Amino acid sequence: MFLTDSDIQAIWLTIRLAMVVTFVLLIVGTPIAWWLAHSKSRLKGPFGAVIALPLVLPPSVLGFYLLLAMGPNGPVGHLTRALGIGALPFTFWGLVLASVFYSLPFMVQPLQNAFEAIGDRPLEVATTLGASRLDAFFTVALPLARPGFLTASIMTFAHTVGEFGVVLMIGGNVPGVTRVASVQIYDHVEALEYAQAHRMAAIMLIFSFLVLLALNVLRPDAFKMARRD
Amino acid sequence: MGLFKLLFATCFLLMATTAHAERITVAAAADLKFAMDEIVTGFNKIHSGDEVQVVYGSSGKFHTQIQQGAPYDLFFSADIGFPRELAKQGQSASEVKPYAVGRIVLWSAVVDATKMTLYDLTNPKITKIAIANPKHAPYGKRAEEALKAVGLWEKIQSKLVFGENIAQTAQYIQSGNTQVGIIALSLALNPELAKKGRYYLIPENLHNPLEQGYIITKRGANKPLAKKFAEYMDSKQVRGIMMKYGFALPAEKVGK
Repeated sequence: MFLTDSDIQAIWLTIRLAMVVTFVLLIVGTPIAWWLAHSKSRLKGPFGAVIALPLVLPPSVLGFYLLLAMGPNGPVGHLTRALGIGALPFTFWGLVLASVFYSLPFMVQPLQNAFEAIGDRPLEVATTLGASRLDAFFTVALPLARPGFLTASIMTFAHTVGEFGVVLMIGGNVPGVTRVASVQIYDHVEALEYAQAHRMAAIMLIFSFLVLLALNVLRPDAFKMARRD
Repeated sequence: MGLFKLLFATCFLLMATTAHAERITVAAAADLKFAMDEIVTGFNKIHSGDEVQVVYGSSGKFHTQIQQGAPYDLFFSADIGFPRELAKQGQSASEVKPYAVGRIVLWSAVVDATKMTLYDLTNPKITKIAIANPKHAPYGKRAEEALKAVGLWEKIQSKLVFGENIAQTAQYIQSGNTQVGIIALSLALNPELAKKGRYYLIPENLHNPLEQGYIITKRGANKPLAKKFAEYMDSKQVRGIMMKYGFALPAEKVGK
């Protein structure tokens, strides 16, 4: 076989992680992006900066803080233990939580841009036509922001797949649980298994290229659709 | 414009001052962290003006990096196999010299490990055990061998988490993220970790010896400072430091 069982396990785990993170961030990121796009609060600046932090922070910083926070003596660790979930480091859900933080700007920023581009006008029109605010959001804003959602989801998915430093810090390299594709490649290199490293690295390279290609092909179309509306 | 000139002059000055002193970079296995820090401090006292830089990491990674021309003048591996392989490929400018034999210990920051043995790892109260990645970290490999020797490897499989190297493994345990783990004796004896936890020495006969060796790389071949540092490794001070950190010295084992 071209790939070993543990390679396939790592790839499958990576896909699962990226899907769960994208799903969670769609739910968490949408209201945040909406608020950032429409709020006139003075907190908007600082809050936007906090959201963007993972863009500039070294993953090791994020990983280190998360490990301490989720550990038995950290605030998140206390909370998860009180809730009976147990400790999060070295678990799949620990990785999900970390990735949600790490990929947050990749979801929020494209959505915020999309919401800002729509502006207040269509929503005001909907409201005068008798739609409730929630109604207007789901029937007017969401369809108009569809290209934004597409971009945000693809970026979030791809960024989670590309994660390495944070996973290395809090993952503990457990097969099938936290040993994602990027870590698996690292292990192959460390163990001098260059042929296997090459195979997986090539898959990652092709995948990343296809994602960016898809973004480039899909986005102009999607934006045209939005304008036609 | 004035600022630009000043910057330029500063850069020039910096370059001029470093050009005189000799400078070498040492790649050292993570288990040497504290011992090597002390060795380098001692060496720098004698050779003031020159500079020895140390980079710590996993031996397997250094092996790959040196193959690819990494700027390291000496390579201290936790497993003598890595420098031996480099020497075979013509990447070494010296013979492969054994400098220590490492030991592994069960270490914990939350329970008293001196009262434990490997068999206590099956205790259901212990949910997570950290070891270095056996795939490429020599200490992880020995931990796996010891656990297999006592027939526990399969039983505790689901509790294991793997550190990238032995220092990260220690960090997992020290932060309380795992209750116990297997690390290098040299790390457990370091004051920083010694005040946070205690250890149980895993019997030597449960695993292959952790023979450690170093080489001067091809890159360090023409640097007198690299040779001086290698000579310094044989000094009484260094042997004292190595023993303090729980390394057995190879020469003494043979009975020289």
